[in-house]
Amino acid sequence: MTSVMEKARAGREVLGERWRGMPRWVRWLGLAAIIVFFYALPNKEFYQWLGPIPTTGSNFGQVLFMMSIYVLLAVGLNIVVGFAGLLDLGYFGFFAVGAYTVAVLTSPNSDLKAMWPWVAVVPIAIGLTMLSGLLLGLPTLRLRGDYLAIVTLGFAEMIRIAATSSEFLRGQRGFNRLPHPPGTYSDGKPIFGVLDPRPYYWLVLTLIILVLVATRNLINSRVGRAWISIREDEDAAQLMGVPTFKFKLWAFVAGAAVGGLAGALFAGKQGFVNNQSFELLNSIIILAAVILGGSGNLIGGVVGGGLTFYLMERFRGVEIFGFQLYEFRFLLFGVALVLMMIYRPQGLIANRRRAAEFKDRRKEVMVGG
Amino acid sequence: MNVDGLISNFGTLTITGLTIGAIYALVALGYTLVYGVLKLINFAHSEVFITGAFAALWTWQLLGLNQDSVVSGVGAIILYLLIALVVAALASAGVAAVVERVAYRPLRRRNAPRLAFLITAIGLSIVLAEAFGIFTRRKAQSAPTLMPNEVLFSIGGAEVYPVQLLVIGAALVMMVGLDFFINRSRIGRGIRAVAQDQNTAALMGINKDRIILVVFIVGGLMAGVAGLLYNARIGSVVYHAGFLLGIKAFTAAVLGGIGNLRGALVGGLLLGLTENYASELVGTEWRNLVAFVVLIVLLMFRPTGLLGESLGRARV
Repeated sequence: MTSVMEKARAGREVLGERWRGMPRWVRWLGLAAIIVFFYALPNKEFYQWLGPIPTTGSNFGQVLFMMSIYVLLAVGLNIVVGFAGLLDLGYFGFFAVGAYTVAVLTSPNSDLKAMWPWVAVVPIAIGLTMLSGLLLGLPTLRLRGDYLAIVTLGFAEMIRIAATSSEFLRGQRGFNRLPHPPGTYSDGKPIFGVLDPRPYYWLVLTLIILVLVATRNLINSRVGRAWISIREDEDAAQLMGVPTFKFKLWAFVAGAAVGGLAGALFAGKQGFVNNQSFELLNSIIILAAVILGGSGNLIGGVVGGGLTFYLMERFRGVEIFGFQLYEFRFLLFGVALVLMMIYRPQGLIANRRRAAEFKDRRKEVMVGG
Repeated sequence: MNVDGLISNFGTLTITGLTIGAIYALVALGYTLVYGVLKLINFAHSEVFITGAFAALWTWQLLGLNQDSVVSGVGAIILYLLIALVVAALASAGVAAVVERVAYRPLRRRNAPRLAFLITAIGLSIVLAEAFGIFTRRKAQSAPTLMPNEVLFSIGGAEVYPVQLLVIGAALVMMVGLDFFINRSRIGRGIRAVAQDQNTAALMGINKDRIILVVFIVGGLMAGVAGLLYNARIGSVVYHAGFLLGIKAFTAAVLGGIGNLRGALVGGLLLGLTENYASELVGTEWRNLVAFVVLIVLLMFRPTGLLGESLGRARV
């Protein structure tokens, strides 16, 4: 068992080395091929040749759209958890703030009766989520890490309770008839309609790529270096003159902005927002997905978010020994988390620097341990 | 703002608040013990609690009680309660021990970062809650009403029911017992030593792993008792009920000062009261928000809690 795992590990390392040793244009070509693949994926003419990949229990285009939303959330959370090392268990709360801002400002059901177009509201939604991130971060980011986890979890639950209980946010009745993103085909039909989820998926996919590029640039800048130094040793970073509180707040707000964007996109697609969309378990699943994929690695976050949601949806309608696999999806997810933390804590696709941190720690096991 | 309601129902609100607060306090002890020794928030503790609740319920079902059965006679009631108490406490302690052995100990051996512990705890929490969810088909299960539903006596206009007396009394007895165990017994001294400094304690010949296991088991016992009392008080259990109660109990632990045993009692009772008063004041639909508001305000102004932190620095 161990030798098989060792071999697999060695094989993967060789593969990684070879990939990094390739000429630049080959790597770009590979990346382009992957991007083209994902753009082509929701077309039936393409995915019918892919064997077991498309989901059986539900509309594949719709699943892909939700998957892309989860990936966007994972990318945003990865900034907070993976790079700055802050434990945010309430990330879905920002998603809810984004979605509800759009709903309140655009829906004819809302008390404001503003009914603004979707595009105009998206920046406001992002701005408000950033503000809520700032307000939440100011009192809590000075605290130890695990307190932060609990407080953020509380924040997400507060949003949910407010959505359920306050008259203004309409609880389970929710907001309907939210406008879709603008744009028409040449024959006058809207691009972003009700029936076809593909344009929404392509929109989110494009935004994911943009956010990834922006994050990558940020990580390679002064800000990113400050975040990583905070993650590795906050006290040392402070001593070296990094204003840790400021940069932690920065990371928190940047992550919140991406969460708000995802919420606005979700609201624009569904056309309906109510309190049922924001179960607390989602927050935990997003965080766990980032860790599972490899926190601190851009691609790791993408893979974690995508794979987690995809697998759970793939289970729908699958039966093994008379059991509905879909019913067991969270259970299996939990088991995967525990096993990962014991055997591969750095995640599926690890950041090399992060993996080295784990390796280092293993050597300095304490006495009596 | 319903100030009149608060004033006229003050007595009743106090009694019910103390009752639910006693349950918070018992669960908070588990968080506080583990935090005091390992500096780790044991997220899976809420599921240790719910294990106790289900164990008590299923014991009664096995004994032939269902939600409509009427039990008469003080002796019979006490017998049923005691049997369920033992089963619930053992079940919870067992689950807590398994959690420590299967998940946390391997991580400690690898000197894993705190994040890994937290994620593992969350993973275990999901596994346990989902296992109960699948087993109960995600439906709430009702407990038999064992305690007679008649007023026992009244203090200051507040009527006291037997079940409230049972919950508060049992919680207090458990707390006092635990306090003695930690402060007076040999193992308790070991626990305090490990809480102070794991490595030095290990050098002094204390079996660190065994002490940590004991801590989890003791926390589990308390949570199991809380599970039984929860059944007696609320009357039904649903598989995800542990989550919210766990967060509230954690808030209670922080409120009193995490790592501080007496703090857990104070924090639990205080949170129960605050929650009751506040929900009367602003409406019951906001009830579950109170704990979070308390937690955030507390962390802003006094993150070490009312009585101060640390099991190790407690009176020697």
